[in-house]
Amino acid sequence: MILELRNVSYRYRKGALALDDVSISVDDGQSVGLVGESGSGKSTIVRLMLALAKPTSGDVLFEGAPLTPATIRRFRASVQTVFQDPYSSLDPRQTIESIVAEPLRSLGIARGDEARAMVAASLTSVGLPADALSRYPHEFSGGQRQRIAIARATVCHPRLLLADEPVSALDVTTRIQVIDLLAELRDSAGLAILMVSHDLSAIAALCDTTVVLHAGRVVESGRTAEILTSPREDYTKRLVEAVPRLPAL
Amino acid sequence: MTAAVIVNDIVAPPRRSRSWTLVVGLILAGAVVLIALVSLVWLPYTPEDTTGTRLEGPSGTHWLGTDKLGRDLATQLMIGARIALLVGLGSVAVGAIIGIIVGLIAAFAASWLDDTISAALDVVIAFPVLLLAMLIVAAQGASLGSVILAIGIAMSAIVARLTRVLTKRVLAEQYVTAARTSGTRWPGIVIRHILPNIWPTLSVNLALQFGVAVLAEASLSYLGLGAPPPNASWGRLLQEAQGTVITAPVGAIAPGLALIALVIGVNFLADGLRDVADPSRKRRR
Amino acid sequence: MSLLSVTSLGVHTSAGKALLSDLSFDLAAGQRLGLIGESGSGKSITSLAVTGLLGAGLTASGSVLLDDVEVVGAPERRLIPLRGRVSSIVFQEPLTALDPLMRIGKQLAEPIARHRGLRGTALRTAVAEALDEVSLSDVRIAKSYPYEISGGQRQRAAIAIALASRPQLLIADEPTTALDVTVQAQILRLLDDLVDARGMALLFISHDLAVVSAMTRDVIVMSAGVAVERGPIDRVISAPQHPYTAQLVGSARALDDMLGTK
Repeated sequence: MILELRNVSYRYRKGALALDDVSISVDDGQSVGLVGESGSGKSTIVRLMLALAKPTSGDVLFEGAPLTPATIRRFRASVQTVFQDPYSSLDPRQTIESIVAEPLRSLGIARGDEARAMVAASLTSVGLPADALSRYPHEFSGGQRQRIAIARATVCHPRLLLADEPVSALDVTTRIQVIDLLAELRDSAGLAILMVSHDLSAIAALCDTTVVLHAGRVVESGRTAEILTSPREDYTKRLVEAVPRLPAL
Repeated sequence: MTAAVIVNDIVAPPRRSRSWTLVVGLILAGAVVLIALVSLVWLPYTPEDTTGTRLEGPSGTHWLGTDKLGRDLATQLMIGARIALLVGLGSVAVGAIIGIIVGLIAAFAASWLDDTISAALDVVIAFPVLLLAMLIVAAQGASLGSVILAIGIAMSAIVARLTRVLTKRVLAEQYVTAARTSGTRWPGIVIRHILPNIWPTLSVNLALQFGVAVLAEASLSYLGLGAPPPNASWGRLLQEAQGTVITAPVGAIAPGLALIALVIGVNFLADGLRDVADPSRKRRR
Repeated sequence: MSLLSVTSLGVHTSAGKALLSDLSFDLAAGQRLGLIGESGSGKSITSLAVTGLLGAGLTASGSVLLDDVEVVGAPERRLIPLRGRVSSIVFQEPLTALDPLMRIGKQLAEPIARHRGLRGTALRTAVAEALDEVSLSDVRIAKSYPYEISGGQRQRAAIAIALASRPQLLIADEPTTALDVTVQAQILRLLDDLVDARGMALLFISHDLAVVSAMTRDVIVMSAGVAVERGPIDRVISAPQHPYTAQLVGSARALDDMLGTK
């Protein structure tokens, strides 16, 4: 078990309940999709899973135990993230090399030439040319930036990749490319994936399991294929039916 | 891409007029810097030399004439250039160091502390700069150092407020969250991500404050609170030339023009800086 | 006689970059047309050019006849009577389309008062009816500020404001992209009903093929400022002719297939 939220609740300072008794877990080799609309609590779940906030009740467990100052470095190296906005998740004043090398540097994994080699390998694995190292984010398109973000997230070979709406800000033609890349990394590197999204088709493309979140509660969870074809709960049914479909061929 | 984004992103004034101001700025400010540098190795006369005829107009021996004590005006002007730059750079340095630190603290502070600091900053900013400077100079005695300190402290409040706003903006960006999840600690985030990203806007503001500082010092000297001779600044020259402005106008015109040249020059340079600091980094969607 | 007649419309920046080139299409009263494109395709620029709302630094060329009035190069005073009365726009982000400092009811009252000359009680009744039409019947909503209501409610309010002036042509530029998928379905249904009920012409702009296929039958596919393909959407999806269209349809189809059969 890599990461687990066990009976987690989160209450805002003002008293509103963002999450109510939520339990989610991700194990090696698993691909879990978390689908929710605005107000579902998915952003709160992401923050809790990244240890950027603490739950009001319940536990966030990494490798079966709560996080301590001793385990946090290992946690950060094992759980990496791809964020939603490719125009905000890369520091505009840093070179690509510096950006992708940041986890290596900050977690004391590699420095100098060794780090550079790992960065180059990571960029190649996401389909970017080696000369990207010395360039700046503004020279790249949204889809390419997201690849850079994926390169950064995989450079230290994490166990779990948390993807927070990774393709929502991208053009349709680019979306499928990035999804394919994530699928490839999942298969070749044995990467576990937790993808948070409001886009059911992206989740369907990448995740074997789906958890449906609504108003801070887990409404339904199970194999993605089943949730799509035979949803049990009312909200899930509404969600699946609301997705606009192309006219059948 | 929405219509609103297009309207805001694509429209930009033509480049040509911008580079013209940059060139003028460079010439004006550069001339003053050059004169100040030259003054360190050579002056037409020594500053205490009162051998000249009093209130003489420009001539071959005294290029800008003399003041009411017979001192060469050109010499005083050149020394004044040195003082102006010293005060400008010194106050900006003091203001920047204090302001950036306070601004960063406020941006990271819990909301009650942030509110307290912001309120205090608002009070300092509302306080007339000259009044503040006068209080400090009265306490410390009039000297170049106390003038620099006074203006620097007054300026630090504005720098602090700007730093706070810019830092909060950066803190909301996803690359800061990405840095945290990459294991970077807060000091590292401040140095690697925050400071480099607030610097472009901050530096333009500091460049503009340079001009404000020079004018503030001139006002202080004019009121007699500035550094006494031989560290006489242009403001002091203006004050001394006051009584004889009809009979010997050069005494007032020269320092006045010098002030204008430096302040406008630096402001134009700051405008140009703004261009250089951010154009290619603009978001493209 | 077309309500909107666009001939060789082009838009370029002051630096000479062409954002839109040689676009031509006609829209008759009550007709619907979809503009499909991704970011940078020029689709949003089209909606601005057609209503004379291009910002400074952008110049239009060609011809746009809106209700027989030439929009390209026209002075403001000739364009003002067109806006609202002939055409209205619903934008993507209701948070920026609505005035954050004005209550919803007041924002809606403005165009109604201006275009229908109503005052006092008659105006209040008209505002209530307009809100009813978009299913915002709760009296509290009229008194609320935009940030106090949900995204879906904001967009309904924006639609009500756009329709308050009784336009003949409604331009909807990515009206549901910023909304949750369940809300999107409701808003699309609302737009569909209102456009039908009022017999308006509809220019529907979106990057989402599935959404456009639900709203219009005829489409123009745009890429890099140029119209690359046009025709009935069923044909465009089943047999795309231009390579860009094929790529777009292929990607959309791949994602759609993930969801299984309907």
